[in-house]
This record gives sequence, structure tokens and C-alpha cells, in this order.
Amino acid sequence: MTKLKVRDVSVRLGRFGLNRVNFTAAGGEYFVLLGMSGAGKSVILQIIAGIIPASGGQIFLGGKDISAEKVQNRKVGLVFQDSALFPHMNVFSNIAYPLRSMRPGARGTDSRVRELAQMTGVSHLLDRATSNLSGGEAQRVALARALALEPECLLLDEPLSALDVQTRSEFRRLLRELNRQGQTIVHVTHDYEEAALLAGRIGVMENGTVVQEGSPAEVFQQPGSEFVARFVGIRNFFSGTLTRERGPMCRFRTAGIDIALLSDEPPGEGFVVIRAEDVTIMRNSMPSSAINNFRGAVTGSGPARMGTEIMVDIGVPLAVLVSDDSAGSLGLAEGTTVWVSFKASAIKFIRK
Amino acid sequence: MNGYYPMKLLFVFIGGLVLLFIVAPLAGLYLSTTPGEFFQTATDREVAGSIWLTLWTSMAATLLFGLAAIPLAWLLARRKFPFKRLISAVINVPVVIPHSAAGIAILGFVARDSAIGRLGEKLGLSFVGNPSGIILAMAFVSIPFLINAARDGFAAVPEKFEKAALNLGASPVRVFFTISLPLAWRSILTGLIMMWARGMSEFGAVVIVAYHPMTAPVLIWERFASFGLDWAIPVAAVFITVCLIVFMILRIVASGYDKTES
Repeated sequence: MTKLKVRDVSVRLGRFGLNRVNFTAAGGEYFVLLGMSGAGKSVILQIIAGIIPASGGQIFLGGKDISAEKVQNRKVGLVFQDSALFPHMNVFSNIAYPLRSMRPGARGTDSRVRELAQMTGVSHLLDRATSNLSGGEAQRVALARALALEPECLLLDEPLSALDVQTRSEFRRLLRELNRQGQTIVHVTHDYEEAALLAGRIGVMENGTVVQEGSPAEVFQQPGSEFVARFVGIRNFFSGTLTRERGPMCRFRTAGIDIALLSDEPPGEGFVVIRAEDVTIMRNSMPSSAINNFRGAVTGSGPARMGTEIMVDIGVPLAVLVSDDSAGSLGLAEGTTVWVSFKASAIKFIRK
Repeated sequence: MNGYYPMKLLFVFIGGLVLLFIVAPLAGLYLSTTPGEFFQTATDREVAGSIWLTLWTSMAATLLFGLAAIPLAWLLARRKFPFKRLISAVINVPVVIPHSAAGIAILGFVARDSAIGRLGEKLGLSFVGNPSGIILAMAFVSIPFLINAARDGFAAVPEKFEKAALNLGASPVRVFFTISLPLAWRSILTGLIMMWARGMSEFGAVVIVAYHPMTAPVLIWERFASFGLDWAIPVAAVFITVCLIVFMILRIVASGYDKTES
């Protein structure tokens, strides 16, 4: 069931504008808006929250039109990119702020704050001044504060961008856990890895509008436009399981094929990304340093930004980027049997 | 960096002259007052009464008009409305006009034959020759200091905090009192101190609206005009001492607040 529906939302802010933005997020869904800086991702979140008024369109939350609702009554919790924790209040008071706003003087504020602090892993920080928090701690407090609102939809504005790799991974785990508990989340980012790791569905934004919406596999494997293809930059995106063989050498098992790769990530579920330009295509099998050699059939070809993109079915659809000259000389008509190869070091594994 | 040494020396010399220009007259004032004269003047009932009157009327002007000016400062910092630049300019008018002219303007506004004056008379309140008139004159000339400081303080509060608070279910009034005001408080406190200090030192506007009862600046003028410099100096020394003590206490309180905030 649809929880959040953004319909034809437009706004003009100086030279920048949103132009009829449409997307929906189902109840309990993790929806990621993916786009470059300046695409309008943060603006659409602020419009949903009511902080920026839209010039046109409607926003529905739980089936109710909230387009004209006051900011303070919308029940959408927004976590800002830089946390926006109130600097004159300690961590406890920050988390308690929405509780005191909604139910001034109500009992149970203290226990609810402690419950949220435990959930987000900041129980030991409650007496701390916000100026003494690390980036990761500040984002956890901001998340706890937004959750205190009991939001119908949680809006996250690039929440991981200022965090280091380790903190980022922990925070992602927390977000996934919240989503598993049924929290609807709309998360904006410019990072496709973040989108791949978290999203149930992705909307790609370009120039103030959503140009494609779908599952990560749909968006990454079948980009709807040249922009999406170039922006996400990955056509060969497969989910599966990583197992370690020896040292950094691992195997990744995805639907139909086994891929050898080098990775220092621990074994488990995840995704692999193989850049189309890192794949070599041949008419016959030839010895090379590449470990991954697959026989397949050409299923199609088309022009790409630089050269020609050949689609080869090797058990999974694999995109290969070749120069126009190579495409012509190899004679890669549909149905032609070919060999493709790529090095184990050219594959990137992203852990779930 | 050695090449900078002559310039540094020159700047220190010029700066020292400016500092001397401020300190020398005040030091001369104290040096020409004996301790006996000082304590005799300080215990003079007329002097003590005028200083007390100056302190409480300037405090009343700051609290009554200053607190009412804070919402205006917030509007100027946060809202767009027609004639905003004109209003900002009007607020600074009391700073640029001669204060005797300001006194004339206030007197015309609150004189017994004016609408405000007649209304005041009906309520049993007279502005001319009365502490209430002194409060009005002090507030008129000193309120721009608070409004400007408070406006700059509100403008310096990042809007994201106010937006975040609204998003977290707070009403605009709660956002003002729990976010905007506390975060701008340092500037507002500075503005309040400046307003009070400016009100205390006001002579031109006050002397026209209320020669009696005499505030300390008016008494200093009166002693000078009636008896000469020797009679005015001890009163001036006592009043400056009180002003400095009050100013130091307020700065200490304000800096203590700063430390607790940071």
C-alpha cells in the first residue's frame, strides 16, 4: 500500500526548479532518490516536509493530501545532511524536543528518550553537548530525534555523506534495521553504492525531475536514458553470494554463473559491479591473464556515449563496451557466439 | 616578516595615541578629585539620588522598550516585507540626529497639549518633568543599539535549526522561544547592555523632556553651568565610576553566560 505519493510537484527557486516530480514509496519501503548534486534531491525532501512550499502538485501521506498541511503537523521526520542538532541543547534535550513539542509536560518523555537512544546506540551520550559528538554520533542522535516524532515517513538527506567508511557501514546497518521494523524511508544520495546497498526501489533524478523509477536491478541493468546509464555508470550489476577461496581470491555466485574476484570484504550476500569497458569480447577462446572467461551469444548492440555497447548472454546479461571499429571488424551480429573475459581484479564487490 | 617591524612600531605608536586620547581625560578627572571630595560627593543626597534615578530609568527604558523591540528585530532578520529597508533606516534615525533635536521631537509628542500627553494626563501620568519622560527620552536614543544587535543575532542563527524544529512538531512560537531566542541571546544581551549604557549617558534628549528630576548627566551640567568646573568634576568622577562598575559587572555576567554556552 502506498505510504508516500509525490504527484507533479514543481517549484522554482531562482534559476533552479523542480519540474513535475513524481514518485511513490510503499509502506515499509526503502526508497532511494539517486541523483547528482544540484538535481533537486534535497529540495524535494524539504517540500515533502513542508519547509519549502511547492508551486504546484500534491503530496499524499497515508492517502491524505498533506500539500497544505502546516510543517509541524506533517509527521515526516527529516534528518538533515549535517544533522542540524540544536547546539544549545545536550543530546537528551535534542531527542526530547519533538516529544515536548507534541505533548508538553507529558509523562514518559524520559523513558521514551532512553528507548530511542538505545535503539540508535547513543545511550552513553545523553548528557553530552552536541559540539562534542563525532559525525556518526551526531547522525545517530539526529536519527533518534526524528524517530521521536514517530514519523509516518522518515526522510534522510545524504545521511552518510560526512561519515567515514566504518561509521557508514554501522549506520547503514541501523537504517536497514529500522526499515525491517516497518519504517518507511525516503533517502536521497548521489552515491550509487549507497543506493544499491539500501534501496528496495530507486528513483533517479535529473535536472529537477525523476527520470526513472524501479528496483536497483532494473535501474542499473536497464537504464531508461543515456543520462541514467552514464550517471549510474554500471550496467553489469549482479546480486549474489561471496565466498572466500584463498587469500584475497574469492568466488561470487550469482544466478547462473560463478565469477572469480579479488576482495578483502568478508564473505556474505552482496553485489558485484563489472564495468562494461573492463570486459573483453572475442570470437574465439584465447588464453589470457583473465580468470573469468565465458561463452555466450550476442543478444543485441547499440551506440553508447563512447563506442558501441554489445549485450552478451552468458547466463546473465553482460554489457560489453567496444570501439565502433572493433564492433565492425568482429561482426557481432545478434546470435553470434562469442567469448567474453574480465580480470578478477576488475570486479568490485559491494557487501550488503 | 622583519620588514613589517617599522610598520608595526608605527601602528603601536598611533594606537597608543588613540588610547591615550580616551584614557587621559578620564585619568585627569580622577587626578583632580581628592578622595575626600570623591566620598563627600558620593554621599551627597542630590548626587546619589540623581545616579539612582539614572540607573533605574535607563534600566526601565531597556526592559520596557527593549523587550518590545526584540520581535521587531526578529522580523527584520527573518521575514521579507514591503519597505523593510526603509524601516531599517528609520530605526537608525535616533543615532544620527542631534539628541537635543530628538528631545524636542519627544517633547512635542508627549507635551500636555498633545494627544499622548492628554491621554497620559487622564491616566494620571505626566511625561514632562517626570521619570516617565526620562524613560521615553532614553529609550528613543538608545533603542537602535538593541534592535541592530538583536537583528544581527537572529540573522546569524542558521535557518536550518528553525526548519528542523518546525519539522519536529514545534509551533512557530515554540521555535522562537526555544531555538531562535536562545541562539541569538548572546547578541541580544550585548544589545541590552549597549542600550542601557547609552540610556544612562544620555543628556541632550533628557534635559529637554525632563530637566527635573535631574539625572546624573543633567546634574553634572547643572553643577558646571551654575558653579563651574571644580564643582562638576567630582560629580562626573562619581558617575563615571558607577557607570564603569555597572558596565564591568554586566560584561562579567555576559562572559559567564558565553562560557556556559560554549
